[in-house]
Amino acid sequence: MLDQKQHIKLPEGSIEKDTTTLNLGPTHPATHGVFQNILEIDGERIVSAVPTVGYIHRAFEKIAERRPYYQITPLTDRLNYCSAPINNMGWLLTVEKLLGIEVPKRVDYLRVIIMELARIADHLICSSVMGVDTGALTGFVYVMTYRELIYEIYEEICGSRLTTNIGRIGGFERNFTPTAFAKIERFLAEYPAVLKEFETLLTRNRIFMERTQGVGAISAERALSYGFTGPNLRAAGVDYDVRVANPYSSYQDFDFSVPVGTTGDSYDRFLVRNAEMWESISIIRQAMEKLKSLPADVYHADVPAYYLPDKKDVYTKMEALIYHFKIVMGETDILPGEVYNAVEGANGELGFYLISDGGRSPYRLHFRRPCFIYYQAYPELIKGSMLSDAIVCMSSLNLIAGELDA
Amino acid sequence: MSLTNERIQQRLTEKFGDVLSGFEEPYGLLTLTAQKDYNLKVMQFLFDDEELRFRFLTDITAVHYPERKNEELAVVYHLHNLQDNIRLRLKVFTPVAKPDVFTATSLYESANWMERETYDFFGINFVGHPNLIRVLNVDEMTYFPMRKEFPLEDAMRIDKDDEMFGRGGNI
Repeated sequence: MLDQKQHIKLPEGSIEKDTTTLNLGPTHPATHGVFQNILEIDGERIVSAVPTVGYIHRAFEKIAERRPYYQITPLTDRLNYCSAPINNMGWLLTVEKLLGIEVPKRVDYLRVIIMELARIADHLICSSVMGVDTGALTGFVYVMTYRELIYEIYEEICGSRLTTNIGRIGGFERNFTPTAFAKIERFLAEYPAVLKEFETLLTRNRIFMERTQGVGAISAERALSYGFTGPNLRAAGVDYDVRVANPYSSYQDFDFSVPVGTTGDSYDRFLVRNAEMWESISIIRQAMEKLKSLPADVYHADVPAYYLPDKKDVYTKMEALIYHFKIVMGETDILPGEVYNAVEGANGELGFYLISDGGRSPYRLHFRRPCFIYYQAYPELIKGSMLSDAIVCMSSLNLIAGELDA
Repeated sequence: MSLTNERIQQRLTEKFGDVLSGFEEPYGLLTLTAQKDYNLKVMQFLFDDEELRFRFLTDITAVHYPERKNEELAVVYHLHNLQDNIRLRLKVFTPVAKPDVFTATSLYESANWMERETYDFFGINFVGHPNLIRVLNVDEMTYFPMRKEFPLEDAMRIDKDDEMFGRGGNI
């Protein structure tokens, strides 16, 4: 008979140690994505955490080195897939900055509408999922109806819902349809009441406040040191917003405020996101108002060398055919240069560092992904807290696995 | 916005002299190159100086230029002065044979994973980094995939026999 002891190989000191090792993730419904955390817990208190990332790494930076510029837009969809249009616009703005393309005001405003809708869709998921993680499913299924409406608006504009691939270098691929505007109007008419009701459900809810206040708190100094941006940084009290600091897409034409928190905990992050949704609604309203005074048929800049022409023109017009051929076959001249462009993504400063050597595809493209940078603060945020608080903290950070791993 | 690119350049040249070179402003962003061993000193100065105050690290990444002999790899830092709202790009070139660069983790917590990512893809050895292991790729990987010696597959190749996608065979 075999010696039983030989078959059980326990790690050195595993019997004697007082703490338990717990794998949180990588596939756990409460992590809302593919994250792994190896937690060391004492009872229910977390002693230490080691996050492991990279489970859905798809090497977008490498793939981008083989692709023409207009084919990189779909890659950016898959970064933060909760607000894909912001990524698309960020990339297009980077290329436009490199090429020196000025887009018409109307395109700017249309982009602002889309970006703010995307921001609402993203914040709405994050805020309502915080409710789910603290035991309130109602708010989540309620606001989901309006994310659906936002997706319908995307669909009306570009034909797809989640990975949108909205826009082209220089503008949009087609004009917004009357249905799209009608749906935006409907959203503006109905959503404020819904958001108000959602806030009533959670903001002053005693259970929700107990679960989120003081959970995952970070000071402004530490948040800056950890490279926090977006709502997570603003919840800690720093009013840094790329839309204000370095306005792009005519954000300087809009009147909006940057909500900030004080304590930097999960509750403040929740409040900041909700306040930002109100600001976004106001920005979309202003943009819709501004659009009324602009010619309704402009939806792209007049840059035939870079803007992919309409397919029906390709079949009927000689110039369109020539430009189509040149763009698709990579015959257009791209300026050599080095450019960093940042947009305010839904969860922070989304940066694109692009080096062009004049070739058909980028020489180097690097995404500054806000998630990846602030996720490294997670062990510090949850140290000493309860396991259930770690879950709330994670959902309040708005981590998106696609952006984390690129 | 009181601080200007010219002022930053002047302050840095006063302090470091010919350690810094390659001052340029592509698209308005002040870009400069530091000698390899001085990256941390320059960043420390930019961080501590009461006028410059570059205390936010936006990004660290690397670029591979195989044709530049003895300075094949460039480590690129994007720094941000949030008070004056001005950005700066600092570059350090290092030979691919000995890619040792000092770590910035003592200045910025956020440098930890950014440097791990840069190590993961380019093999830059950040000297003094507390935990320099791969972050996105598998630990067993023995090469650094973002270097230019690993090209992506040619989309037009015809040697691959792949009936399902219509490539290869009798073209």
